This record gives sequence, structure tokens and C-alpha cells, in this order.
Amino acid sequence: MRKNRNNHTLTASAFLAPSMVGFLLIAAIPFALSFGISFTSWSGIKGLALFSPSFWQENFIGFENYAKILKSKEFWVSLLHVAQYMVLYIPLMLVSSLGIAMLLNKPRKGTAFFRLLFYIPVLTSWVAGAIIWKWVLDPQYGILNDILLRVGIEGPAWLQDPKWAMFGIVLASVWKDMGFYGLIFLGGLKNINPIYYEAAHLDGAGRFQSFLKITLPMLTPMVFFVLIISLINSFMLFPQVMIMTNAGPAGATQVIVERIYKYGFSYYKMGYASALSWLLFLIVFLFTYLQQKLQKKWVNYDA
Amino acid sequence: MMRNRNKSLSNLWFYVFASGIGFLIVIPLYWMIITALKTQTAIFTYPIEWFPKEITLQNFLDLFARFPFGKVLLNSTIVSVSYSAISIVTCCMAAFAFAKIPFRGSEALLKVYLATLMIPFQSTLIPLFMLFNSAGLSNTYGSVIIPSLFRVFGIFLLVQHMRTIPDDYIDAARIDGASYFTILWKVILPLSLPVIAGYAVITFMDAWNDYLWPLVMLTKPEMMTVPVALGMVNGQFERNFGVQMAGSLISIVPVVLIYLAAQSKMKDGLTLGGIKG
Repeated sequence: MRKNRNNHTLTASAFLAPSMVGFLLIAAIPFALSFGISFTSWSGIKGLALFSPSFWQENFIGFENYAKILKSKEFWVSLLHVAQYMVLYIPLMLVSSLGIAMLLNKPRKGTAFFRLLFYIPVLTSWVAGAIIWKWVLDPQYGILNDILLRVGIEGPAWLQDPKWAMFGIVLASVWKDMGFYGLIFLGGLKNINPIYYEAAHLDGAGRFQSFLKITLPMLTPMVFFVLIISLINSFMLFPQVMIMTNAGPAGATQVIVERIYKYGFSYYKMGYASALSWLLFLIVFLFTYLQQKLQKKWVNYDA
Repeated sequence: MMRNRNKSLSNLWFYVFASGIGFLIVIPLYWMIITALKTQTAIFTYPIEWFPKEITLQNFLDLFARFPFGKVLLNSTIVSVSYSAISIVTCCMAAFAFAKIPFRGSEALLKVYLATLMIPFQSTLIPLFMLFNSAGLSNTYGSVIIPSLFRVFGIFLLVQHMRTIPDDYIDAARIDGASYFTILWKVILPLSLPVIAGYAVITFMDAWNDYLWPLVMLTKPEMMTVPVALGMVNGQFERNFGVQMAGSLISIVPVVLIYLAAQSKMKDGLTLGGIKG
């Protein structure tokens, strides 16, 4: 069977044909095109004539889009907003999802119930989740400020206050994602050999010490993985912003994907939007590359 | 004695903390449900009503009256089912070729496929829209179903699984004169059913909940999928939270039900995949 490799190439191509069509149509060609279009001033209103040289001649403007973007305050501000989101979201998400994993690790009565409960937000679409949270965070009639008032805190105007809007989006995102990452961490916890805990127990280590000296180090590969994934995903922040604030108030929640969408589909500057989307790709690529490099240094894979 | 006390204490902490997190998770969901059932005036009553005094289905009726939400649910069902079905077929075929058919360049091609995971979908959004739009696919089911042809996640998942199936099965079938197609259909697929089932559930949910791509392709209300429609309802009925919560509630229910059904089935499914003898 392992002989006659060439004879199998034809068979293999038949099996690969559908995914290959998809690969070209969905990934390869659009990816190359977005690079090409990022050097044009194409608006998107006039049809696209990819194969006509005059289309490229008329619209080609070199690096102008990139230069404009990098010089615009808006681009850097939108990255700053993503950074704000990360700084708030990632620690909150890590702590709550680790907590969920620790809770669900030991099988007890009710574990299955809580597992499902914690997972419901994950099953919810982003749009529904964002709509729900928009209403939860309503300054006057929302339930969160009502709860806060009951414990003696006067809640902020959340999404209507430029200072609090991003934090509101973070709350919704943590709510939506903690079950997802919680179950990933749970998988990691289940992989730790109980022998370590027994040994630590015999040596007189307390619970907290065991957690600090065994659980956390053994879980680092997973924490690291989740950290990078959530970092990269933070750059994709979009539905929450579209639904909850529409980038407002006063542009306080403008982020990069939202800018790509608006430039492409509201302002009809497809060339500019393509350049933005290529910068997004470069940023994400950089983080993925860093992950591959740093993984070897930081992480303990003996678990 | 001491041990028992420790155990019940740890159980107590579990219930305290689990209920605490559960409370935080449930509050928004509870808020959605009671708002969907409240009257317009009750929704904007201050201080807020934690327990609605009067329950009404008016918000649901309004949603269907003011927006073609029935058609929207149908659209989402058609799109999500076709999307998962096609994606399963193409992923199985590709994964089988990578895992079980020896051909030149197999490794390299798989690497190229996997490399596309590094390209955020958002980076290809604009040219993809242009291509589909100029092919006349705007406001068609096809526009949101076609991307199912290429799902690297599924291919990767199935390659990983199919590699664990011993080659002996295939060699035996080859000696009996079976074609690769027969081998895939009769040998590999039955052994991969649990993985395929799990993948089907995940893919259905992804398709059901997808937002950005349907948002740019589906602009007519009667062609929209549920998330796009909800987004539009959110824009149109800015302060009508009753209608918005009703729509959100309807959008969540099918996914939770499918997840529950899948979870109860998965347990038997996992043992089916084992190799006996």
C-alpha cells in the first residue's frame, strides 16, 4: 500500500478537491487580493475589474493608505482601546475561568448542573449576549445598577459614559467567555497526576501551597495558551462594540475591526479598509510568532 | 471523623462559590427572560420590578409582527444545517486524504492549510465580499454556506482522529479490492462517528451564531440569519427592550437544546469509537 505513491496522487486530489476549492476561494485568493487592494484608492461603489490592467492603473496609489493610517490619530486610538480592553478583560477572565475550573474539578452532586449553567453564555450568540448586556447596563432601568444601589453604590452610566463604556463591554465579554476558558482549564486540571498532590500532602503542604506550587506550575502551558488566544481574540473585538455602543460614546470604543467594517461598508473606502485589515493581519501574525518563540522558554510541558 | 468534616466543609465551599458564580451568570439571563415577558410600562418602571407583576407575550407578538422573524429563524436553520453538512463532507474527505492516502506533498499541503489559521477572517473580509458580491451572491443562502467548503479546524480535528485508526484496516480492505471511497465510507466513517458528531454540534453553533460575514452579505431582512436580524432589531427598536429580549431568548433556546441533546448522546457515542480486538 505504501508503494506506488504516484498512483495515489490522483485519488488523493479527488478527495482534496472540495476543500481545495474552498481554500482558494475563501482563504488564498482573498488574502492576496486584500494585499493588492490595500494599495489602491478603490471605493467599492464601482464594480471590481480585477483582471483589467486599467483598474489597477487608475486606482493604484502605492503606500498612501498605509501612510495615512499610520499618521492618523484614529488608528492608534483604536489600538489603545483594544489595549484597554485587554488590560481589563484578560485578568478578569483568567481569574474567573480558573475559579470555574477549580470548582468543577472534583466530581460532586450538582457538578454537571453547574457545568451546564456556566456554559450557557458560551452557547449564546455574541449579538444576543451584547443585546442582553446593553439592557443589564442601562443606567436607570438596568439590573446591575439596581444591584449596586442595594449595596450602597451609585453605578455609573456605563455605556453612555466614555470612561465606563469599555469596562461595560469587558463585563459582557467576561460573562460570555469564562465558561469556555473554564472548561479548557478544567481539561488541564484533569491531566495533573494526583500523585503530586499526595506527595505534597504527605510533606505537610496545605491546600493553598499545593495550588501555588503544583497546580499553577503544571497549568502554565494552558494558562499561556489561553493568554495568547485571548490576546489575539481581543484584536477581533467587534460584535460587542457594534451592538452595545456602536463605537461610541464619542468614539470611546472604536476598535480596529469596527474601523475596517465602517471604512469598507459605511464610508466606501475599500482600499483604506484593506490596508487596515492587512495591518490587523500583521499584528496578529506578530503575536502568533511571539507565542511560538516564547512557548519554549516559559512553559513546563511535563504535566 | 476529621476527614468527614473536612469533606463536608469543602462541599460547603463548593456550593457557596458555585452558586456565587452561577448567580452572576444567571442574572443577565433572568433579566432577559423577565423583560421579554413584561409589559412596556413595567419595563420602564423605576425602581425596577425583579418579579414581573403581569406576564404578557406581547413582545413576542410584536417581534414577529414588525420583523419577518419567522422567516429569519427558517433562514438560520437552513443555513446552519447546510453549513454543517457540507463542512462535514469536505472535512472528512480532506482529512481522509491527509491521514490515509499516501501522496506526494501531503505534509506540505497540510501545513499550508494549517497556516491559514493565522489569517484572521477579518483580514480577508473585504475582498471576499467583493468576490461574492460580484458573483451575485448577496442576499442568497449560498453566500453564507459556501465558506463551509474550507474549515481547517474540522480538517485538523479529523486528521488527528483518523491517524489513530490502524492502517491494518485499510490494508485489509485494499487486499479485498475495496476502493478508497469504499474504505472511507465503510471503514473510516463508522469509526469516526463520535468525532464527527461532536464537530457537527460545534459547527452548527458556529454557523447559527456567526455575525460579521452574514452581516455584510445579508442585507434584506427576509434573508437575514438570526444574529444579523437581532442586530437590526437592536438598531431599529433602540429602546424597545421587550422586543429585543424576546428575540434574544428565541435565538438562545435552540442552541441550548441541541447542546443538551448532544451532551446526553455523546456518552454512548464515545464508547462506540473504540477498537475492539
